[in-house]
Amino acid sequence: MSTATMEKSAAPAAPESFTVTVIIRRFDPEVDDEPRWQDFDVEMFATDRVLDALHKIKWEQDGSLSFRRSCAHGICGSDAMRINGRNRLACKTLIKDLDITKPVYVEAIKGLPLEKDLIVDMEPFFESYREVQPFLVAASAPKEGKERIQNVAQRERFDDTTKCILCAACTSSCPVFWTDGQYFGPAAIVNAHRFIFDSRDDNAAVRLDILNDKEGVWRCRTTFNCSEACPRGIQVTQAIAEVKQAIMRGKP
Amino acid sequence: MTTDIQAPRSPYTRAPRKGGINWEKWGWIYMRVSGLILVVLIFGHLFVNLMVGEGVNALNFAFVAGKLSSPFWQVWDVVMLWLALIHGGNGMRTLVNDYATNARTRRILTGAILAAVVVLTVLGTLVVYTFDPCPAGQPADLLPLFCQAS
Repeated sequence: MSTATMEKSAAPAAPESFTVTVIIRRFDPEVDDEPRWQDFDVEMFATDRVLDALHKIKWEQDGSLSFRRSCAHGICGSDAMRINGRNRLACKTLIKDLDITKPVYVEAIKGLPLEKDLIVDMEPFFESYREVQPFLVAASAPKEGKERIQNVAQRERFDDTTKCILCAACTSSCPVFWTDGQYFGPAAIVNAHRFIFDSRDDNAAVRLDILNDKEGVWRCRTTFNCSEACPRGIQVTQAIAEVKQAIMRGKP
Repeated sequence: MTTDIQAPRSPYTRAPRKGGINWEKWGWIYMRVSGLILVVLIFGHLFVNLMVGEGVNALNFAFVAGKLSSPFWQVWDVVMLWLALIHGGNGMRTLVNDYATNARTRRILTGAILAAVVVLTVLGTLVVYTFDPCPAGQPADLLPLFCQAS
């Protein structure tokens, strides 16, 4: 299983392993009335990720542990969870970056209905994502056999918000979203921003009108939780502020 | 039997916002603008009352009476009063919108905030513009000393 390069780097000294206590908030809807905390001890290396710890628990200790993960490399956005009270991707959080003298607390993201263990119902999140029309709407057709031309500066304008992987780390870190599930949430606004400021798109006015709603951008309290939570480093709060500015101007 | 399959990207169907003034937007803009003005007004107020001249030791009934007889400070205080009360009331309303999930609780709480803001604004404005430290026809022992001077 190990490749030649791995053996070479591991050859000089065997890496040191240590025991990490992981405390997971478990919930089985068929058995439990309330979520409960359960702790596991796992042997880990400094280079392992929290996702590896979850795998070890699921494969070697308790097969009933449920969590989502797909690509395991920070692209698919399915394993966002609350690790030590902060929203992170389990596949991008290294054990060595956490304080392992204390237990590592892992729980599902907040503000969305809990289904089982670390799995939440993402439907309300995707519902508000769909509402902002996250797709290109162009009034004109490009010339036969040609693409829609955009210069570097025009592309740069919305570059930051193209990075979104829809992991819901930002939306489920937002205190306004926790108390009021009607709020569109940072992720939906980020994805609206991506098309509002796209020079090829002609539907910015409609999206701005959707976000100019009672549950739209005005609910943002600039707490910066979303910018801090984003695993892709998107300046979410700035994107929301730019959408607010665009609404006040009436155009992007 | 035919099933009506919607296009994968069905157009937005939610009812558009009804026309008229967008209170959420103007409320947000008001908070920003009044906040900026209030920073100047409140720190100016604190500086003049507590630090200029004798500072906090000069604060007494006569000091306040003197300030409220000047048109400049009347306008300053009234502007500060209105901006601050509406700013605070709007902030409380936002909190209620966040945390009160029941429509009826929400209405009652917002109504109470509105009533408090209106009562305090009217009362405050009345005091600033009708304040008379030496009301005529009162026994002299109830009046401050500086009333006898004139």
